[in-house]
Amino acid sequence: MKLKKNIATSETGFIFNPATGDSFTANALATEILQLLKQDQSPAAIKTHLLNRYDVEPNQLEKDWDDLVAQLRDHQLLD
Amino acid sequence: MKQRYERPLIKKLSAGPLNKFGARTEAQPVPDIDGAPVKDLLRAFGSPLFVLSEKQLRRNYQQAVRAFRTRYPRVQLAWSYKTNYLNAVCRVFHQEGAWAEVVSGFEYEKALLNGVPGPQIIFNGPGKSRAELQRACALDSVIHLDHFDELYELLDLAAGLPRRPRVAVRVNLDAGVYPQWDRFGFNLENGQAWNAIGRIVGSGRLELVGLHCHLGTYLLTTKPYGVAAQKLADLAWSCRTQLNTPIQYLDLGGGFPSTNTLKGAYLPGTDTAPGIDEFAEVIADTLQRAGFRPDELPLLILEAGRLLVDDAGYLLGTVLATKRLADGRRATILDFGVNVLFTSFWYDHKISPAGDFSQHTEDTVLYGPLCMNIDVLRDSVNLPLLNRGDQVVVHKVGAYNMTQWMQFITLRPAVVLLDEQGRPHRIRQAETLDYLQQLEEVPAHLGPHPPASSPQARGSQPSATATPG
Repeated sequence: MKLKKNIATSETGFIFNPATGDSFTANALATEILQLLKQDQSPAAIKTHLLNRYDVEPNQLEKDWDDLVAQLRDHQLLD
Repeated sequence: MKQRYERPLIKKLSAGPLNKFGARTEAQPVPDIDGAPVKDLLRAFGSPLFVLSEKQLRRNYQQAVRAFRTRYPRVQLAWSYKTNYLNAVCRVFHQEGAWAEVVSGFEYEKALLNGVPGPQIIFNGPGKSRAELQRACALDSVIHLDHFDELYELLDLAAGLPRRPRVAVRVNLDAGVYPQWDRFGFNLENGQAWNAIGRIVGSGRLELVGLHCHLGTYLLTTKPYGVAAQKLADLAWSCRTQLNTPIQYLDLGGGFPSTNTLKGAYLPGTDTAPGIDEFAEVIADTLQRAGFRPDELPLLILEAGRLLVDDAGYLLGTVLATKRLADGRRATILDFGVNVLFTSFWYDHKISPAGDFSQHTEDTVLYGPLCMNIDVLRDSVNLPLLNRGDQVVVHKVGAYNMTQWMQFITLRPAVVLLDEQGRPHRIRQAETLDYLQQLEEVPAHLGPHPPASSPQARGSQPSATATPG
């Protein structure tokens, strides 16, 4: 799973897709995930990192991960 | 220590006019009701849970009485039982001085069991049986006549009674309200009401003591009450001058709104619903100018219901699940449905999270747990990012829910009254399967009942067996 190369993200959660002109805001966790994706970290590594850092059950994270991927795909932000 | 988790969210920014109410969500966290923590209440009594604030019930009553008595010397409130006839609620209002306004035989008996003297019970409604009329006559309650069949029934009944039953005539009239409620009572403009009054007085068997008018429900303008008060006063004046029958009281009914937001309303109810002082001003001003001498002003009776109880009631519940719909919208499933929160058909209820949350919010549909497509609590509401297990508070649910709720797919939850010190008292237990099946009978040829210890015979909802901690 990879973000499109031309997608611009900021540390404050602003996302811009220059191909479509669409812009988005992300909350803190989505911003963190996008940053890690940009660093080419694998989904498994990112999930392990999040489970270590946040107070969340694996099942909850898995469900929310799938939902985030669906959002990214829906907004045409994934390759 | 691990950091607090909030599920990841991406929101598309769209250009367009700004929201007239600003960018902030309406939902502020509500961690407690009258100082009682929501999580403790749900832990002790199960989820979902209705909670009523005794402090607010009394405050509402006193405020309504003050609004009228500071403007008119003779005022009596009659608590509308159908709005919420849980005994604890009724007794709070009766302690404050309210009479009872009932619309069925069982409500009448409830009022008696709550200690209301017969003469302080107003018996309304179009469906009184002969036995119920007899009972009301025996206890000297006032019967508000709804139609000629009832009038003739009562005339027949009164022939054998030692004392004339006290009656009032329910009048429907044109006060500029559309649709006009003409299904209850006798119409004024076509002469029906005057005809009924003539028959009552002419019979000599009934004592005409009052005139009653109930314009409608959730009226968002005060003017019709002025029109109705004037028309009732004129009718009372005619009774006195033409029939030599002074009218002891005028009953302007209820229909006063709470501050809930009606579905489809452009502005929130808090901005559009007149306060009780505004209604009192119109009604009292009209009656004061109606021509009665100060010593013969009729008693003004008001059948307040929703106004007194709606904002004293809360429904606490828990998020069962969240999901995403086919069109990308977020959906949140709560553990209470439209069978419990009946008024979600009428209002866009305000719903708050019980816990803290970040500034990020999302639009979501709120569904109940029923396997029915109609089970929609809010079509669209902006809320923080809720997760399974999060707790929510629904506001202003005190009126009509705890009477119109129904057992349907899920059982009805417990109800708790917070006393004036914020201490919880369970005033109705959560239903169980045993309770539900008490009235059922199975014909012998369909086999014996399962043993009491079988799973089918036991309650199935965790909340049904929860006990206070």
